Amino acid sequence: MSVLVLPLLVPLSTAVLCLVVAQPRVQRTLGLLGALALLASALALLLEVHRRGIQAVQIGNWPAPFGITFVADHLSALMVFASSVVALAVALYALAEPDPPRERLGYHPLSYFLLFGVNGAFLTGDIFNMYVWFEVLLLSSFVLMVLGNGRAQLAGGVKYFAVSLFSSVLFLVAVGLLYGSTGALNLADLATRVGELPLGLQNALAMLFLTAFGLKAAVFPFFFWLPASYPAPPVAISALFAGLLTKVGVYALLRVFTLLFTQDPAFTHGVILWVAGLTLLLGVLLALAQGELRRLLSFQLVSHIGYMLMGLGLLTPLALAGSVFYALNHMLVISALFLLAGLLDRLQGTSVLVRMGGLYRSHPGLALLFLLPAFSLAGLPPFSGFWAKFTLAAAGLEAGAYAIVGVALLVGLLTLLSMAMVFAEVFWKASPEGRSVPEGWGRLAVPVVLLAVLTLGIGLWAEPLMALSQQAARELLEPTPYIQAVLGVSR
Amino acid sequence: MNTLILRTTSSFLFTLLLLLSVFLLFRGHNEPGGGFIGALVAVGAYALYALAHGLKAARKLLPLHPLRLVGWGLLVALLSALVALFLNKPLMTGVWFSLFGVKVGTPVIFDIGVYLTVFGALLSALFGLEETARTGGQEGG
Amino acid sequence: MEVLLAFLVGGLAAVGVYLMLRPHLIQFLVGFLVLGNAANLLIFTAGRLGSQFPPLVQRDGGLLEPIANPLPQALILTAIVIGFGLAAFGIVLFYRAEQGLGTLSAEAMPEVFEPAPAPSPVDQVEAPRSEKERVPA
Repeated sequence: MSVLVLPLLVPLSTAVLCLVVAQPRVQRTLGLLGALALLASALALLLEVHRRGIQAVQIGNWPAPFGITFVADHLSALMVFASSVVALAVALYALAEPDPPRERLGYHPLSYFLLFGVNGAFLTGDIFNMYVWFEVLLLSSFVLMVLGNGRAQLAGGVKYFAVSLFSSVLFLVAVGLLYGSTGALNLADLATRVGELPLGLQNALAMLFLTAFGLKAAVFPFFFWLPASYPAPPVAISALFAGLLTKVGVYALLRVFTLLFTQDPAFTHGVILWVAGLTLLLGVLLALAQGELRRLLSFQLVSHIGYMLMGLGLLTPLALAGSVFYALNHMLVISALFLLAGLLDRLQGTSVLVRMGGLYRSHPGLALLFLLPAFSLAGLPPFSGFWAKFTLAAAGLEAGAYAIVGVALLVGLLTLLSMAMVFAEVFWKASPEGRSVPEGWGRLAVPVVLLAVLTLGIGLWAEPLMALSQQAARELLEPTPYIQAVLGVSR
Repeated sequence: MNTLILRTTSSFLFTLLLLLSVFLLFRGHNEPGGGFIGALVAVGAYALYALAHGLKAARKLLPLHPLRLVGWGLLVALLSALVALFLNKPLMTGVWFSLFGVKVGTPVIFDIGVYLTVFGALLSALFGLEETARTGGQEGG
Repeated sequence: MEVLLAFLVGGLAAVGVYLMLRPHLIQFLVGFLVLGNAANLLIFTAGRLGSQFPPLVQRDGGLLEPIANPLPQALILTAIVIGFGLAAFGIVLFYRAEQGLGTLSAEAMPEVFEPAPAPSPVDQVEAPRSEKERVPA
């Protein structure tokens, strides 16, 4: 039996069991167990892929390219692994801060259906199935977004829903046109056929996919919806969204623009590079202008998607490795920061920056804890973010793309500025009003500590993850083994 | 809607429609039919009964909350998909075996899961209408 | 026939996008349905229109030639079901939004419940009044 399907079966089984038992207390335990099992299965998958090469499974034993295919290469396995780490952190947070009304409405099953969809999108080997997985994760995320019917949630949920619907239709149109012009839907099969199309048609399809996935990944000029909706739901939900959902869009872009549309990189990847630069700059500038912590983090999230696209736009082995490494690092760091924002909100009763303050005096340990992911986000050594940015910058210099490297470095600096301002506001300055600090916040810090230690650990010992990312990049640039793993050696 | 004819016939039709839905469910592998359409007919039976006797009476005909059925249905479908894994075949491969001379296979079990899931989901939507009506549409969902 | 359908797809898409850009959320939803149908029709057309025979095996084991391509139909069926689910969810979401926010106009909805734009962290002239809405636990 293949370990490839385990990262799908574990969240599905967890969700189904949660639906069957229906008691919030049991569901909480099940959720934690499910997260641990998911982490174990993701680790097993990563080891399997690393040892024995790209894995493929034909569901129902129907041969590719006719059946439903799941493929795991290094990129997929790494993304699944990082998402399961985020899931574990969020499950720990949900355990520490129970929310019974939302749990009764199905928080636990829905979050595992979301993970099911996310992992499905990472592992599928078929472009139409990717659409279906996107819908699975989108529908779960819609419900999670408005779970409990808070007014801010409804206002944010309407925008999120509307934008997602439009991007889904675009994705469907792109898939339809791709099928109409090639007669294939299996990614490996498509990879051998897209090259035969006229260049103009290829580029048109590429731009359709870029728009559809760009909307999900929240890149320039489509990022407006994210800061309007992500801060609205409770932190256990928005941290999950921040860590996972945009990365699915990034993953889809990485997959499609290395496997399918590589005939005219001067155009397609040039566009991506422009998008990356503008996302980086606008995101961080808007983040600097925010006065509320979770909105600020949302804009930081948007800005840093640009780094991942930058590596894709450069399309060199080092740059792609940087992109993959950045995506993994960012999943951990941004979830940690969102969870921390929830914790700070809990301590101060607000997440409006001017009304916060004085935490350095009362909670020096928490201040240190904030600095770990914040510095990692800004790309300071010795954190994982440093190696991610370093790799991307080195790749950019190697490729002679000095402008984008300049932008990337500037954005790193501005991120540091933005994080320093948050630190000054939340921790350094005197508390505007004497506020009693609620007890029992220590358990809420556990998932943040987990993620922060992880980003420090990756920063200090970056070699293994970097080697895996480089392997992922090699597989992306040399798709023959991928195609062979799916279609069999005979073709 | 609350006529004598409807009230009298709906009780009979309720049973008949449920039988039809099960018939459609098991017919579905080779002929038109299946779990999805079967469940729709079953929900139709409940809807008809609710029209005649009220949603409250219809709710009494189901011993457990319909949302639980969604969970159970998914569980059944999931288990049917897992069978192939233990026989060292890819997930969801159809496995057929003979039970007292009747050919039974995992696709049929999967279809039963679909039946329960669709039935539970639509029925909870139907019963949800009653709650909305009762609370004047003010209740959160 | 393909040309005719192509124009139909274009027309539907135009109507759908126009409706989706209207401020009223119900118009948006109708626009989504129309646009979704445009996408489905596009897949159908892209899958080639050649034949009307269903790809079913006859009683004697033979196939009707030439059979219609079943794959686009399978794709469309999936897309229709998903679109149906999304639309159903959308109706409920907009209904709740109307109850909670008192409006169905996308223009009137935004920014109201988000934290008021705070002054820049450097100069704290006045604290913002409204804060993010919280759900009563």
